[in-house]
Amino acid sequence: MSIDLQQVPGQSREPAIQVRGLHKSFQELQVLRGVDFDVAPGSVFALLGSNGAGKTTVVRILSTLLRSDAGAATVNGFDVAAQAGKVRASISLTGQFAAVDEVLSGRENLVLVARLRQQREPGRVADDLLARFALTDAANRRVATYSGGMRRRLDLAMSLVGKPPVIFLDEPTTGLDPQARLEVWQAVRELAGQGTTVLLTTQYLDEAEQLADRIAVLHEGRIIANGTLADLRRLFPPATVEYVEKQPSLEDIFLAIVGGGDTAVPTASTAPVRAAKDPR
Amino acid sequence: MTGNFLSDTTALTQRSLRHIARSPDTIITTAITPIVLMLLFVYVLGGAVEAGSDNYVNYLLPGILLITVASGISYTAYRLFLDMKGGIFERFQSMPIARSAVLWAHVLTSLVANLISLVVVVLVALAMGFRSGAGVLAWLAVAGIILLFTLALTWLAVIPGLTATSVEGASAFSYPLIFLPFISSAFVPTESMPGPVRAFAENQPVTSIIDTVRGLLAQQQVGADLWIALAWCVGLLAVAYVVARAVYHRKVR
Repeated sequence: MSIDLQQVPGQSREPAIQVRGLHKSFQELQVLRGVDFDVAPGSVFALLGSNGAGKTTVVRILSTLLRSDAGAATVNGFDVAAQAGKVRASISLTGQFAAVDEVLSGRENLVLVARLRQQREPGRVADDLLARFALTDAANRRVATYSGGMRRRLDLAMSLVGKPPVIFLDEPTTGLDPQARLEVWQAVRELAGQGTTVLLTTQYLDEAEQLADRIAVLHEGRIIANGTLADLRRLFPPATVEYVEKQPSLEDIFLAIVGGGDTAVPTASTAPVRAAKDPR
Repeated sequence: MTGNFLSDTTALTQRSLRHIARSPDTIITTAITPIVLMLLFVYVLGGAVEAGSDNYVNYLLPGILLITVASGISYTAYRLFLDMKGGIFERFQSMPIARSAVLWAHVLTSLVANLISLVVVVLVALAMGFRSGAGVLAWLAVAGIILLFTLALTWLAVIPGLTATSVEGASAFSYPLIFLPFISSAFVPTESMPGPVRAFAENQPVTSIIDTVRGLLAQQQVGADLWIALAWCVGLLAVAYVVARAVYHRKVR
């Protein structure tokens, strides 16, 4: 079933995610006041906004965990309200807090998700993903013993089981140290390289800058800007751009001082600044 | 369409059973309270109790078994609560799996965990001199009634597991259930109690279940008690199940 669904976005030109006039209130608090955007198949779309802007609410509606008060949304061509089952078969959600089972080992977590996604060889699916996310050595250790970065990597790996065509990443790097953050970025780039549509939310400007093909700014319940990085640069005064540029520099300094690391920073010893910025 | 209920429930049940296998202390803490009560009543207070039975362990065991279940299901609520709080519950809900598989996995795990605790308590009772000449059929009937009771209390435990806002809230609901057997025929015959207390004790669900189990184990006719016990268990199960499902569907839309 998931194999059929997967071919849909590649063949059709319609958006992988389409959001129209989304409204959502919690009691008197109006969180979303008419959100519209499209995400092209195979692209990385960043929803940028400060805390409480409504990013998570958008993701929860799109992943069928929450109903909108008004408006419509489709994911992979399916209506999130009327065809929730088909939407669930098309997506994977990595929430703000690593949704992993601490008592189980990394491998057991992956096997569980593979079984729930009706994979024919859950063990092999798990082993492949463990290797891909550099978790093979820790495969049989309980997740409780994992570092924050390893948990996030496992969380992402669990989202890739069954190769869903659309992946939601809700603040995938919040709470991670710079090193682990680079590892997650690397994983997202790999995903995008394979044609998966990625919607990620973030409050970090540099993260959107690094990963996204398109960036939408969600502010007070509405999308106030939506375009490529170049489009947005034209919109904002230079002073704001300078601030955007400043954010990664402290991180670069940090990485330079601690000596980069092993896996995610390719040329850490000589040029940590280049490695972290990864000019596209 | 939304996956396969049986295979999803199996996979999720195996997951929760692994949790229990890796923290067997929950089984031990479940069994320890009833075992201590049993020791206390048999070796400290038992000499003064006129239970009309030459073997007080035999008299005591049915009530002790119900206390075991009542303390066991607080872990059912606790485990469900932890899943709700952690991100894993939302991950399951956003996956193409049978909607109710998540709940059934917790319910089945609760039955298994309680069964292990019950076996531990029965083994201790045997060591303390519990004996029964009941045949296979009577034992099956005992197992069936206690299973039904466990299932009913498990679905009851699902409600605080889904709605609690703190760990304490998720498990505290079981305290009244643990104490219910004290005002029943569990420790002393109800005839020894003063009027209003006796009226309560004789008409609350626990007494009929205890009397039925005691009668079956002592190879006596159980008669009306059996039907009253079954009615209480089935009624409680039906109400708890309907409420738990309603709460669950409100949570997961």
